[in-house]
Amino acid sequence: MNNNHEKNKIIISGLSFFYGAKQALRNINLDIKENEVTALIGPSGCGKTTFLRCLNRMHDLYPESRYEGEIVLDGKNILEKDIDLIKLRSKVGMVFQKPTPFPMSVFDNIAFGLKLNGIKNRAELSARVEKALRDSALWDEIKDRLNESALSLSGGQQQRLCIARAVAVEPEVILMDEPCSALDPMATAKIEDLMTDLKKSYTVVIVTHNMQQAARVSEYTDFFMMGETLEFDRTQKIFTAPSNKMTENYITGRFG
Amino acid sequence: MNSDNKKCNFHYSARRAVNFAALGASLLSALFGIFFLFWILKDVVVSGFPAINAAFFTELPSPPGVEGGGLANALLGTLMITVIATVIGVPSGILAGTYLSEYGRKSRFAFAVRFLSDILVSAPSIVVGVFVYAILVKPFKGFSAIAGAVSLAIIMLPVVVRTAEEMLKLVPDSTREAALALGAPHWKVTVHIVYRGALRGIITGVMLAVARVSGETAPLLFTSFNNSFWNFKLTEPTATLTVSIFNYAMGPYEDWHQKAWGAALLITVLVLSITIISRLIVRGRTQQ
Repeated sequence: MNNNHEKNKIIISGLSFFYGAKQALRNINLDIKENEVTALIGPSGCGKTTFLRCLNRMHDLYPESRYEGEIVLDGKNILEKDIDLIKLRSKVGMVFQKPTPFPMSVFDNIAFGLKLNGIKNRAELSARVEKALRDSALWDEIKDRLNESALSLSGGQQQRLCIARAVAVEPEVILMDEPCSALDPMATAKIEDLMTDLKKSYTVVIVTHNMQQAARVSEYTDFFMMGETLEFDRTQKIFTAPSNKMTENYITGRFG
Repeated sequence: MNSDNKKCNFHYSARRAVNFAALGASLLSALFGIFFLFWILKDVVVSGFPAINAAFFTELPSPPGVEGGGLANALLGTLMITVIATVIGVPSGILAGTYLSEYGRKSRFAFAVRFLSDILVSAPSIVVGVFVYAILVKPFKGFSAIAGAVSLAIIMLPVVVRTAEEMLKLVPDSTREAALALGAPHWKVTVHIVYRGALRGIITGVMLAVARVSGETAPLLFTSFNNSFWNFKLTEPTATLTVSIFNYAMGPYEDWHQKAWGAALLITVLVLSITIISRLIVRGRTQQ
């Protein structure tokens, strides 16, 4: 065990979340390690996505949402009122369940985020777009189609484009909400390879319904049930010797 | 087994019959609508075409009873009033639609705005004309092009507001979230992502609104009225094609009736070409 060498990137303590009067998360305590993949698993509706969306305050879009507790990212509680959401979100990127290409060209999709960060120079934009596409294993496939609409790409390509877009702005944390659920096994394999590469430079948190995927890509796994963390440990431990009976039942497919 | 088959066959032919009937009924209704459209178009073209000549576009109306002359001033007046109405009505309409879709959403104020613009859509245009008469014509003691433009802008506004909102709403929230998740401020998401996705629909909506008001007559009777001469001032009464159609069609001279048909043809062609051009522009942009 090399626990001591791993730094905590995000420390979540006593986190509860409410949609209006309905409580969706209950008192979550969790540490997310730097430069590792942490998987969130659990039955549908248990709060995994809700939890993930707390980490970049995506819920703030909807006025009836409310947080309690603390999410400390690099020593700063991001749930405080005065936090700059624009800065937070450029530090914590997100990839959604369904591909979300913008209605513009492939190039502009990636350049959009770069321009937000003040990169205006055409040559630098091109170089950064190319790097992002290479990093996302997409360059060879679509290098001749940069000026085509992103909507004309296949589903798997669109999702990798969204990853490229998130990676291009060089965040520190990347949140992925079931990024492969709409993809075929080939595209899934490509994205899983990508995740393994990504953790060299980024801290990755992924929500998945696919147990094998969690086992393949993640170092740590958190098992969610009814808005609570039931068990959090190294993925290897969770999948071989879970300490909670419910976790065992879930990952062996006895329910969920 | 056999009876099952029979049942299946019966089911199948029943479904075919229903399908055939539904298809036939919708085809007939479509033909019914198109039939009248083409009838009107045919009449306008056949009766209007002889009136179209160089003088029609370049000369002022001749005095009553004298043949010849044209509707050049009315053509200019229609263009002027429609353009000003568009300049007033479209930006404010799009901004209001943006507020409803991107900011107000479920707020009480947004509900009120939606409700009021739905009422405004169905307000008779003559009422709008009388309203503008009361606020712009009477106080300033005179009919004017600007009053005409304002009345058309008011008619346009709710149409633009509601179509803009509907088109913006078609852009999925997940796209907005994706842009916000990159660290984009709300206004940039709206301008660079949401507008872009909704562009085609918004342009179509705007064009429909322009097409709708360029055929309006009633509100103009109360606001821009008419003028037999050239007018380039926004504060003076101004001739328009639609009001000219109304006056000439009611008039006693055969030459006037001819002119009215000509004006009708002209306005039809104008609306048609606006629509076609806008379609082409939008198509060119999306294929890029």
